[in-house]
Amino acid sequence: MATTTQTTSAHHGDHGHAAHGPELQHHFETPAQQKEAATLGMWAFLVTEVMLFGGIFLAYAVYRWAFPDVWAEAAHHLNTPLGTVNTVVLLVSSLTVALAVNAAEHGRRTRLLQLLGVTLVLGVAFLGIKAFEYSEKFAHCAGYKTPIAWATGGELLGEQECLVPGRAFAFPAEHGAATEEHASTNKTPHQLFYLLYFIATGLHAVHMLIGLTIVSILTFLAWRGFFTPTYFTPVEIGGLYWHLIDVVWVFLFPLFYLVH
Amino acid sequence: MATTALPGRGYLEDDTPTVWSWVKAWLLTVDHKRIAILYLLSINFFFLLGGLAATVVRIELVTPQGDLLSSDLYNRAFTLHGIIMVFFFLIPVIPAVLGNFLVPLMIGARDLAFPRLNLLSWYLYMAGGIFALSAAVFGGVDTGWTFYTPFSSTYANSNVILTIAGAFIMGFSSIATGLNFIVTIHTMRAPGMTWFRLPLFIWASYATSLIIVLATPVVGITLLLLAIERLWGVGIFDPALGGDPVLFQHLFWFYSHPAVYIMILPGFGVISELIATFSRRRIFGYEFIAFSSMAIALLGFLVWGHHMFVSSQSVYAGLVFSFITMLVAIPSAIKVFNWTATLYKGSISYRTPMLYALGFIGLFVIGGLTGIFLGVVAIDIHVTDTYFVVAHFHYVMVGGTIMAYLGGLHFWWPKMTGRMYNEVWGGISALVIFVGFNMTFFPQFVLGYLGMPRRYHVYPQEFQVLHVLSSSGATVLAIGFIVPIIYLMFSLWKGKPAGNNPWEATGLEWQVSSPPPTHNFTRIPVVTSEAYAFPPEAAERDAASWRPGSPL
Ligand code: HEM
Ligand SMILES: [Cu+2]
Repeated sequence: MATTTQTTSAHHGDHGHAAHGPELQHHFETPAQQKEAATLGMWAFLVTEVMLFGGIFLAYAVYRWAFPDVWAEAAHHLNTPLGTVNTVVLLVSSLTVALAVNAAEHGRRTRLLQLLGVTLVLGVAFLGIKAFEYSEKFAHCAGYKTPIAWATGGELLGEQECLVPGRAFAFPAEHGAATEEHASTNKTPHQLFYLLYFIATGLHAVHMLIGLTIVSILTFLAWRGFFTPTYFTPVEIGGLYWHLIDVVWVFLFPLFYLVH
Repeated sequence: MATTALPGRGYLEDDTPTVWSWVKAWLLTVDHKRIAILYLLSINFFFLLGGLAATVVRIELVTPQGDLLSSDLYNRAFTLHGIIMVFFFLIPVIPAVLGNFLVPLMIGARDLAFPRLNLLSWYLYMAGGIFALSAAVFGGVDTGWTFYTPFSSTYANSNVILTIAGAFIMGFSSIATGLNFIVTIHTMRAPGMTWFRLPLFIWASYATSLIIVLATPVVGITLLLLAIERLWGVGIFDPALGGDPVLFQHLFWFYSHPAVYIMILPGFGVISELIATFSRRRIFGYEFIAFSSMAIALLGFLVWGHHMFVSSQSVYAGLVFSFITMLVAIPSAIKVFNWTATLYKGSISYRTPMLYALGFIGLFVIGGLTGIFLGVVAIDIHVTDTYFVVAHFHYVMVGGTIMAYLGGLHFWWPKMTGRMYNEVWGGISALVIFVGFNMTFFPQFVLGYLGMPRRYHVYPQEFQVLHVLSSSGATVLAIGFIVPIIYLMFSLWKGKPAGNNPWEATGLEWQVSSPPPTHNFTRIPVVTSEAYAFPPEAAERDAASWRPGSPL
């Protein structure tokens, strides 16, 4: 192959790193190239995430197709008000992340820090509400009405209900237009709905934890003044990840909470 | 020819004062070439382990009775063989060893886009491997490499979870490699290295990476669901609890059919390089070969149902899958025809890598054609779960992927190590492998057609002749695999220094020193011509330097 040996960038001839900031890694030629690589890498990673959740969505589609009535019944027992609040919380956090990227781009450090901080608070709030929803389900299994009642030994739940998949699973009978004798067992497809619910939202929560870790690191770096208007790629691609988590939730919420 | 390699330090050289710092320099390296060497050692180690399990299987099958292993142990032996070979050898081998080494060099880059991610992928590979091996140590697994439910989720009493964890972790290692390749090929090509000047190995690696990134997460979530079901008895796939075991098969094959292309596509890439170099010709139909890789990547996602013709899949779905399966054969055939057309009137030299390449073409044709037999629903219903299928996939996986890997390893060995291996031994072992391979697996087509089911260790007397033939072929094959280990190691000490370009090949990797300097290119090259632009005199020079008995 005919190849000429020209220097394509001045700085690699002498390996002095004067022409660019310290964040340019040695194997990249220009900051633009490095940024393109990082962004493309994050997009490709998001594709893998979509495929990962895709498997769960496929299972959901198959079983909803097979048991449409069960799905409609089962969804009534999720806490839709809390789910709605959580959706709003997460959507607002997407906004704050987008604004944070903008702040980084304009080199406004204080604003960047504030916005990242708000994002952290919203993310933790989401997980808190989610944890409350989960513990509600576990409290019902233990026979109590609310998690607080469970902890303090308070009010008991009147009917038998346990929506946590497992041997104790019991879907309350009076809502089951289905047969009475199947009402309190894990052998009915009701359990599939809740299993998918716990797996999907659980996996989403794991992603929230990773997202929170990333945002915390970004906050720390921003506090140390690491980002400049010419270099804020981590904020950008961290933001992309955060948006993906939100988008996944935007699909999970109607699919589980709003089915009829 | 202008050389881009100024005397930089070779990537293998060290000035580490103590053993400990030398170990650290290797285990914490972010140099893609060193990571390729780490992969080379560990993947070949797993290959030998998988080979050991295969040996046990073949010895058991020498007699019709189950006299060496109980049926339970036999299940564990072939499962171990399948899992190690598929997940820990065939899927990573060419991308992680040759790809890691070559992708940056071939496109004129200093490293992959994410060097630390690259190192992480090796650690994930090792972690996955340790899980899978510990499963074997604690008693093994008996589900087969396909983990079909509800056996794997409810009834198997072996180490399913540990094994699944191994495959799951290993999946992330693949994803890391695939993602790295995609980004590197998109963003780090040298000036002038346009898409249609890329070596075909790069096109193949790119197509492979797309499959890895799209398919691997699906098997990840599938294995996770299986693990959840097994651990807590809450069945997604358990019919007793309203679940559907066939859903598992759909999800599994949605990954695992594309996975067979993860194994073979990089092999296609290697063969394109070898055929062009050793016929001294521009590859015939470059664009067709490049796009056929992409077509295979795409169509490969639409045929998974051909593994489920007898799994209660609807007849109509079966027919559609059958039809699309036929379509996949087209891009595969395009490649074979283009390689043969490249050979036509080429100045062919039968060096060891070329022997592997020619062997590959023949064996892949047999493997691919029998794949088409299997894609025909009526024939498949007769031979599914027989040795016919076993023979088919060994023709494509051993005859295809392993031949390509060995061909590529010999071809780039001088580049990786700076030394030439012994050409005579190389040629001999390539022939031994070819003969041993056919002796092992051709009888299995006949066995399967006559009705010998796969995964059985006791069989009717009348099959013994063919089984003995197959087992003796396996012995020859094993010798063929062991000999290269010896002479390749020997070459590290005694091999002739290779020089930058021992094969007079085109391609940027041949313009740097052997072994390449740590940063590959002191100055990033500017590419001004297409790949495989062999000067017209190249063939004449070959002819002039020919001596009786010389391998050229
Ligand atoms: C022309 C291309 C190919 C076609 C049409 C094809 C077709 C098929 C079909 C229909 C089956 C299912 C047989 C059955 O279970 O009854 C099958 C099995 C298999 N094929 Fe292929 N194949 C092709 C290429 C490949 C390649 C390139 C590989 C790997 C490198 C491969 C690996 C396998 C494996 C591993 C199985 C068996 C899986 C199992 O049940 O354990 N095939 N093939
Ligand atoms: Cu297939």
